[in-house]
Amino acid sequence: MDLAVVLAIQVLYAIASLALISLGLAIVFGMMRVINLAHGEFLMLGGYAAIVGTHLGFGLWVSMLVLAPAAVGLIGVVVERTIIRFLYGRMIDTMLATWGLSLFLIGLTTFVFGNTTVGISAPFGALAIGRYRTSAYTLFVIAVATAVLGGVYVVLRHTRLGLIARGTMQNANMAAALGVNPPRVYAVTFGVGAALSGLAGGVLAPVSGVFPTIGVAYIAKAFITVIGGGAAIVTGTVSAASLFGTINQLATFATTPVFGEVALLGAAIVLIRLLPQGITGRFFRRGL
Amino acid sequence: MRLEVEDLRTAYGRIPILNGIGFAVGEGEFIGILGHNGMGKTTLLRALMGFLPATAGRVRLAGRDVTALPPHARARLGMGYVPQGREIFPALSVLDNLRMGCAKAAEAESAIIGAILDDFPRLKPLLERPGGALSGGEQQLLAIARCLCGKPRLLLLDEPTEGIQPSIIDEIVETLRRLRQKSGLTTILVEQNLDFIAALSERILIIQKGRITQEVQPSDLGDPELVGEFIGITG
Repeated sequence: MDLAVVLAIQVLYAIASLALISLGLAIVFGMMRVINLAHGEFLMLGGYAAIVGTHLGFGLWVSMLVLAPAAVGLIGVVVERTIIRFLYGRMIDTMLATWGLSLFLIGLTTFVFGNTTVGISAPFGALAIGRYRTSAYTLFVIAVATAVLGGVYVVLRHTRLGLIARGTMQNANMAAALGVNPPRVYAVTFGVGAALSGLAGGVLAPVSGVFPTIGVAYIAKAFITVIGGGAAIVTGTVSAASLFGTINQLATFATTPVFGEVALLGAAIVLIRLLPQGITGRFFRRGL
Repeated sequence: MRLEVEDLRTAYGRIPILNGIGFAVGEGEFIGILGHNGMGKTTLLRALMGFLPATAGRVRLAGRDVTALPPHARARLGMGYVPQGREIFPALSVLDNLRMGCAKAAEAESAIIGAILDDFPRLKPLLERPGGALSGGEQQLLAIARCLCGKPRLLLLDEPTEGIQPSIIDEIVETLRRLRQKSGLTTILVEQNLDFIAALSERILIIQKGRITQEVQPSDLGDPELVGEFIGITG
């Protein structure tokens, strides 16, 4: 029984962390059709922002939950205004440009912070479940992921801002004819996607530590989740993260983490073969 | 809202489409623009709205030069545009399409939409349906209603009767007439449907090869020979 609870928490954690690292990418790709290959580096910068914030004495919570998204969101807006906006509708060019940006950011952080892993210790300590112990921080990550996904859903579905974003993505010219300024909507959307990536990077920093090339580890999983999820941002991210997170964690539990990763990638290949439009291309089609 | 157009020229790439359009619309006036396919009617409205850059000429809105302004800025100055093909947001519900129409409005959405629905009762039972699931005629009504949610003072209507069942065409005529009496909305209507354009317009400009070549009265459209001469259709 205790083991089942621990395992359930581990599965939920795997789902939550996948959803967290993917959501920013899902927004930018799902709404703007921009493939941001620097997404992993946005996560990495969120981690550094959290660590630098704590060193400057802002406290862990402020650094992780406020500074990291704010800093990376700002970087996102600058990147959109200086690079991405010239490349809308040119997918390959955007991929090349953001790949270049990714290499630049890795080089820059290596130069500034050095090629070593820095970490912050996770708060809360350990949680005892019967004979087992698990990190209480795991539960916090699950809570953050739930809150962020719920928040994005509510904003998209129920606020004027979300409506204007959805309308503009469907038909930018018509939105402009109704008085909406599409370039501003794009900049805000990209900034929000970057901010959520920064938040994810900050929240995961105590778990994984931060080093300049950590984005490379994130980006493959993030892309698999986004492609596996399909067009709907929240529904797609949740469904794909649930599927892949569960497979990954159960396989890890049965064998080793390496096989967990293999199982995740194998599942992704099968899924894309069966559902080329992703899960929400077939199911939950009216989801967001 | 007064609109003055002077020697307006625009092109798709190197191909000139408008070759010096000049006309003016007075406050509260309803004018029709009639012309053959490919004569530049839709291009003219797109250029007036700012979707195509003017290569020469001036567009003045209530005396203010808007030639270089982007579409959203023109919309905010009071221009409303109902494009050819209606351009409903397909995945948004009818209500959300109307809420998009309120994007530039200062007042509360619910009050605006409530008032608009009184003028478009046919949309009331459809509010929760996705815009893409409506019939062509319903979409046309929605496109006009959505535009009116932004309280435009100059309405640009591009072929609202294209591909629409006659019963809804009559309804559109009635609605537009009522709106004109009620609010004195200035309107430019581009059409090929002679009955429709004659029923609504105070005067009609004929466009040929990117120029305004003639101005006629709605009553002139009853004479097939004259019409053939105006717009270059014979027989």
